[in-house]
Amino acid sequence: MDSRTLYQEMILEHNKKPRNWGLLADATHKAEGLNPLCGDHIHVSLKLDGEQVEAVGFEGEACAICKASASMMTAAVKGKTRADAEAMVQEFRDMTTGKLDPAGPHHLGRLTVFSGVRDLPTRVKCAILPWHTLHAAFAGSETASTE
Amino acid sequence: MTARDPLLAPLDVAALRRDFPVLGLKVNGKPLVFLDNAASSQMPQPVIDRWNLYRKAQHANIHRAVHYLSETATAEYEKARHKVQAFINAAEPRECLFTSGTTDGINLVAQGYGRKFFGAGDEIILTTLEHHSNIVPWQMVAEEKGAKIRVVPVNDRGELLVDEYRKLFNANTKFVALTHVSNALGTITPVREMITIAHEHGVPVLVDGAQAAPHLKVDVQALDCDFYAFSGHKLCGPTGIGVLYGKAALLEKMQPYKGGGDMILSVTFEKTTYAPIPAKFEAGTPPIGEAITLGAAIDYLSGIGIERIAAHETDLLDYATDRFNRMPGVRLIGTAEKKAAVLSFAVEGVHPHDVGSLLNDDGVAIRTGHHCAQPVMQRFKVPATCRASFAFYNTTAEVDALVESLGRVQKLFA
Repeated sequence: MDSRTLYQEMILEHNKKPRNWGLLADATHKAEGLNPLCGDHIHVSLKLDGEQVEAVGFEGEACAICKASASMMTAAVKGKTRADAEAMVQEFRDMTTGKLDPAGPHHLGRLTVFSGVRDLPTRVKCAILPWHTLHAAFAGSETASTE
Repeated sequence: MTARDPLLAPLDVAALRRDFPVLGLKVNGKPLVFLDNAASSQMPQPVIDRWNLYRKAQHANIHRAVHYLSETATAEYEKARHKVQAFINAAEPRECLFTSGTTDGINLVAQGYGRKFFGAGDEIILTTLEHHSNIVPWQMVAEEKGAKIRVVPVNDRGELLVDEYRKLFNANTKFVALTHVSNALGTITPVREMITIAHEHGVPVLVDGAQAAPHLKVDVQALDCDFYAFSGHKLCGPTGIGVLYGKAALLEKMQPYKGGGDMILSVTFEKTTYAPIPAKFEAGTPPIGEAITLGAAIDYLSGIGIERIAAHETDLLDYATDRFNRMPGVRLIGTAEKKAAVLSFAVEGVHPHDVGSLLNDDGVAIRTGHHCAQPVMQRFKVPATCRASFAFYNTTAEVDALVESLGRVQKLFA
């Protein structure tokens, strides 16, 4: 597949101006994610108010696919309950590995812009890394890796 | 840049390219522009033919049976060893061991020499430019023996600081392992001078020649290196085969790295007597067809002439460096005065991984990442780079294709 179909306006724009950039000083949960193969390296921090994601921020060195994925992820999970956010993690993983049809029912909204990575096996890990890291933060496991 | 000998006849690159079936490939509808030769180079038809001949009519296990096929395979395998000897100008064929690749050769020395001769407090000198395969094997043996790793620094151009290297030697220095050509930056290191310095201290030197053997004339006797390791698949040969050159006197006093068949003179449950070199280090059935095919690859490259290959690649490097220097927003990493045809670079505002994916859309194959040389990345404060690495079958038109494709990436991210 031609990767240019993946590098759409929305992804390029989020890469250039990532939302929720920066780590939270008063985070209750945080984790670090590493994609050793390509060097994507991000940190995700969360502030949970009870079961609700009150604030979320990220930072790191990453490719456009990873950075845009993290930016759109943070925008999507802010204000959600932990259970809803975790459900999105699962749906995002399923979509990018071809197990969920982006045209079918799901809660991913505009995140379907990433569905094309399923045809670019070397880039799937870039898109998923922020979600793995978010999951690790929820679980309190501090680190996530795509390997 | 390395000076080009004006007396060398230029290559007929168009004719050579016809030897490589893969170079006719289309990727995403575009002609393949293969610029990832430092990772692995492509195989020409005569080498593919040699592989096929072995598989069709010469395969059997070597050094064992008395039948026709075994005798043929054994003779061809040992003939390949002679080709290796001539290629690197080793004093004797038995100093050329077949390994599975450069990594295997370095591990063989780290285990076979290091485990026998290193002790607590001993020091091993490596350089900032090393590939992980010339770092990790030494760390493993150092950890086991309580030895220490010392590292030669580089300047901002990616050149080793020989004066700093000189200062690292002391009574505890037991070994030096250094690369001949940096895989990440292309720097050609002053190995001859560094070996002389080590020998003044009575310290043996291993040279990682993975990136040098395909591009420079290697003469292990002129270098006076104690060990020299390289791989077949970067020499237009197959994967799974490599060479470790070692001075006979050193190989003889080392312990075997792997035990098994073919490396023994006699075995009882009380005692095993090892075979003489090279068999002592070639336990088990080796990659026979791979070794024979590597011999054919050496014939192919020698037929062209490594000096002519180097001259063409230097021309390509000069042309590419000039085009890159005129591209705003593109920064070269590694600008050593003496370089092999490797361009490591960063595109401002675009992660190398994105560059690699987008170049692939135009059929341009480069490597992106840390190139298994994370200390180099840390030294130049980048998480990863883009790397275009050239072979003798590349052309200036392919450099143009790379530059044009990069322009499109910059436009997309503007």
